[in-house]
Amino acid sequence: MSDRSRASDSAISTWFLRLYVLVVFAFVFAPIIASFVFSFNSDRFPTIPLGSFTTKWYETIFADTDVWDAFARSLTVAAITAVISTTIGFCTAYTDFRYRFRGKGFYLGLALLPPTVPLVIMGLAMLALLSRINMSGQVYSIVISHVVLCSPFAMAICRLRLSQMDPSLEAAAWNLGASQWQAMKTVIIPFCKPAIIAALCLTAAVSFDEFAVAWFVSGLNKTIPVMILEILQGNVDPQINAIGSFVFAISISLVVVAQILVMTRDDKGRKS
Amino acid sequence: MSFALPGLLWQLLFFVFPMMFLIALSFWLVKNYRMVPGFESVNWVKMYTRGYFWDAYFYTLMLAAISTVVTSILAFPCAYALAFKASPTVRRWAMFLLIIPFFTSYLVRAYSWQIFLGNEGIFNGLFSVFGFGPYKMLHTMFGTMVGYLTLCLPLVVVLQLLSLANVDKNLVEAAWNLGCGRVRTIFQVIVPLAKVGLVVAATFCFILSFGDFVSPYYLGGSKPPTLSILIIDTTKSGQQWPRAAVVAITMIVTLMIVAFSAVTYAYARRTRQ
Repeated sequence: MSDRSRASDSAISTWFLRLYVLVVFAFVFAPIIASFVFSFNSDRFPTIPLGSFTTKWYETIFADTDVWDAFARSLTVAAITAVISTTIGFCTAYTDFRYRFRGKGFYLGLALLPPTVPLVIMGLAMLALLSRINMSGQVYSIVISHVVLCSPFAMAICRLRLSQMDPSLEAAAWNLGASQWQAMKTVIIPFCKPAIIAALCLTAAVSFDEFAVAWFVSGLNKTIPVMILEILQGNVDPQINAIGSFVFAISISLVVVAQILVMTRDDKGRKS
Repeated sequence: MSFALPGLLWQLLFFVFPMMFLIALSFWLVKNYRMVPGFESVNWVKMYTRGYFWDAYFYTLMLAAISTVVTSILAFPCAYALAFKASPTVRRWAMFLLIIPFFTSYLVRAYSWQIFLGNEGIFNGLFSVFGFGPYKMLHTMFGTMVGYLTLCLPLVVVLQLLSLANVDKNLVEAAWNLGCGRVRTIFQVIVPLAKVGLVVAATFCFILSFGDFVSPYYLGGSKPPTLSILIIDTTKSGQQWPRAAVVAITMIVTLMIVAFSAVTYAYARRTRQ
């Protein structure tokens, strides 16, 4: 093959690959964009061409007290879940960072495995157990299950941050007479602060979006995703796009904030 | 060591214990719509002798396998382009954008495909302009696959990208300099070097697809049902929780076997260097 044909060959393949990447991203974001666009569409059934612009679906959901109740419940569950699972995740990450002990592999497996269990199975197991001890169908039943699912993500984020820390910093604090708690408070937690906030945001997003386990254990205390799930089982209802756009806006904001915090570099106390 | 306790206690109490309870539950009986503790094999026998259970089992296995192959293949050129052809800035932005949907309401994203795939949806609208269609896409296996891709594609691209980014560029260039063609370099140099990451990505895809109920139900029409749908039906409509537990345990065991085989395969030494 001559050099020129080889060069044009690679130019074609580069253009093809660029186009391909764009198609993949279009596929990934098409449903989010469509949901947003059709939430303002006047037709009951989604068809092309679009009907006229309307805000009536938003007006319907704003007037619906059930939606408000579910929304408030979702926010409450997400906030409490975020605080508990970030605390647990941080403690687990610190344990992994600081200590070696027998059975550590098992310990870490336990800490990281829950998200790999299918949600339906997790939902069934939680429902079976919680209803046996009369703890199902409550708002706290959802929180209990969501913490199981969310703390591994918090653990991963905090662990990543700790691995960027110079481990001698903590030892230095100890040598200067700080107790473990003081070193934790003045060295470790300040260094991990961006990761902790990121973990709070990400776990809140996971909890806010979780529909399967919540569907099993929530009973009559529906959260927004459970409400969506139950509306979907009925007829086509454009309200879904309006509620969905809200859910997207909230969870995308949380995930974006979390990612910015994880990615932002600040070099204080970093390993050289 | 007190830092180890919160996580340990919570996961033992609310993760390990419920899973163990599920095993016990599968041996319980249901009498007059109430669950009675016991140690009977009746639920296992009833489920394992039903044709519909095995139909659902092999159908779910097949869907998850197809999803794994299709997603891995479709993700690869994208991950390859981002790993080898894109600037670090573009790569970082791409990762940033791909992580967002993974944590963003999969339920609503899957459902939104109805807008595109319906008989009068966007796709059929476009096809009719060119004089094709309408094609039935919703409530078919194609619909299910679109849903699985919605669930898995962003994650698989990210995981593949991470493993491809770790491939030593010098080895790739060495292959080119020695006259190895582009396609051959991909299959004989890059893929073997990134094997572990690629297999891990595929395994996650299998796990997610195998357990999902949204796509086969809302986009695939639930005909026939998958194992997850079977669990939901058995739990929500009947009071047959013990039988749902049998299905759940069968699923977990299957996933453990698949994950174990995948890891063994990923770390197996190559026979030919």
